[in-house]
Amino acid sequence: MVPFGGWEMPLHYGSQVSEHQVVRTDAGLFDVSHMRVLDLSGSDALLFLQSLLANDVARLKKPGKALYSCMLRPDGGVLDDLICYFVAKNQYRMVVNAATADKDLSWMTRQSDGYRLELVARRELAMIAVQGPNARAKTLPLLPPGLREAAGLEPFHGLGHGDWFIARTGYTGEDGFEIILPQSQVVGLWERLIKAGVSPCGLGARDSLRLEAGMNLYGNDMDETISPLECGLAWTVAWEPEGRDFIGREALQRIADNTERRHFTGLLLEDKGVLRQSMALFAGERVVGEITSGGFSPSLQRSIAMARVSADAGEDLQVELRGKRLPVRRVKLPFVRNGKAMFDF
Amino acid sequence: MNELPNDLRYASSHEWIRNEGDGTATVGITDHAQAQLGDLVYIELPELGSQLEAGKECAVVESVKAASDIYSPVGGEVIAVNEALADAPETINESAFADGWIFRLRMADPAQLEELLDADAYQELVDEEVH
Repeated sequence: MVPFGGWEMPLHYGSQVSEHQVVRTDAGLFDVSHMRVLDLSGSDALLFLQSLLANDVARLKKPGKALYSCMLRPDGGVLDDLICYFVAKNQYRMVVNAATADKDLSWMTRQSDGYRLELVARRELAMIAVQGPNARAKTLPLLPPGLREAAGLEPFHGLGHGDWFIARTGYTGEDGFEIILPQSQVVGLWERLIKAGVSPCGLGARDSLRLEAGMNLYGNDMDETISPLECGLAWTVAWEPEGRDFIGREALQRIADNTERRHFTGLLLEDKGVLRQSMALFAGERVVGEITSGGFSPSLQRSIAMARVSADAGEDLQVELRGKRLPVRRVKLPFVRNGKAMFDF
Repeated sequence: MNELPNDLRYASSHEWIRNEGDGTATVGITDHAQAQLGDLVYIELPELGSQLEAGKECAVVESVKAASDIYSPVGGEVIAVNEALADAPETINESAFADGWIFRLRMADPAQLEELLDADAYQELVDEEVH
């Protein structure tokens, strides 16, 4: 067990590497109840979210559709990254990180002054993720009758029934579901999934899976001092429509105009060793950046990392491992899709 | 956890050593050590022929979680290394006390073995760490 965002969570249930592989080849089960569910409703909900989030919730036309977004400080720093679901007219659901949940809630409450809306933290809800190529097939027969339509869910869509909510989302780069449900029912579903041949997976596998999938981890790859433009999340910033004045827009525009801003990149170590968070990156004798997330990739059998480097860092980068300088290769994210490497090595 | 083998000696830094009775000894890391490290992904073996000092680092194991130095429990010359570990470091996770042995050395002074822990004393140390 390890501390994580105020929770005690299992790092693994036996072997992190086997848990990783089971998600890439079959189906794995994660307890992600540490994530906080926030429900937002009211006639000003859309207007509020259009100001609060760097991505544009107005893009969500169909109920159930999800949007990934950063929530920014006025200076462009990332307060949190979250998923926002369009539940129904004037109703939205956000899922935020555990460690930032209290901070998020007080920030949102302060920003909501003058808007007609209600914000409710659903601490009584639990959440599990079933991920892998066989995840949906193994989960569908175990869902309550009201959620049978989950069989037809498209990627990045969700649907609810009572206090249950199921979405075709995840943090592993595999197909699967995330299921929000009452705490009183989560153990029962967990046990039925285990019986159906879904393997429990810990925080370790969750981290190596998301790293291979090129997905950011808040607190590692970005925080309040980093803008989405310096952590690979430029694609989540909706500049259009031009008139939408979201929090942080002005500062972000200045950062976007600055050609010196740092770049975010994937790294592959071809030699033996493991790249880890906070390791310095060198271009010759010059320190040009730092690893923000690193680890061993079970799919590639090599170490991979995500890093932030200066704009002029170039392609020839090295890392210092146990007193030796080893070359690292810059690669495009993600590293792995559908269990296969996205580049030759 | 399995019973600790009684025929081994243990270092407080979690290596085991077996006296082969011919002036040589075999070294590995304990089952407790591998469990704490998690899945091993790389190992840097000592160099064949190198001279090791008691209590000095001589190899590195790297797991999904962390890199960890291995210290030679006694001094001596490395006469064999477990090459199979280079491609299959997980052998240490599966069989820390047997197939996962790391290196063998010709002891400079077998009396150094007496300074190490026996199974009971090492078990006590592990119990203290866990609680």
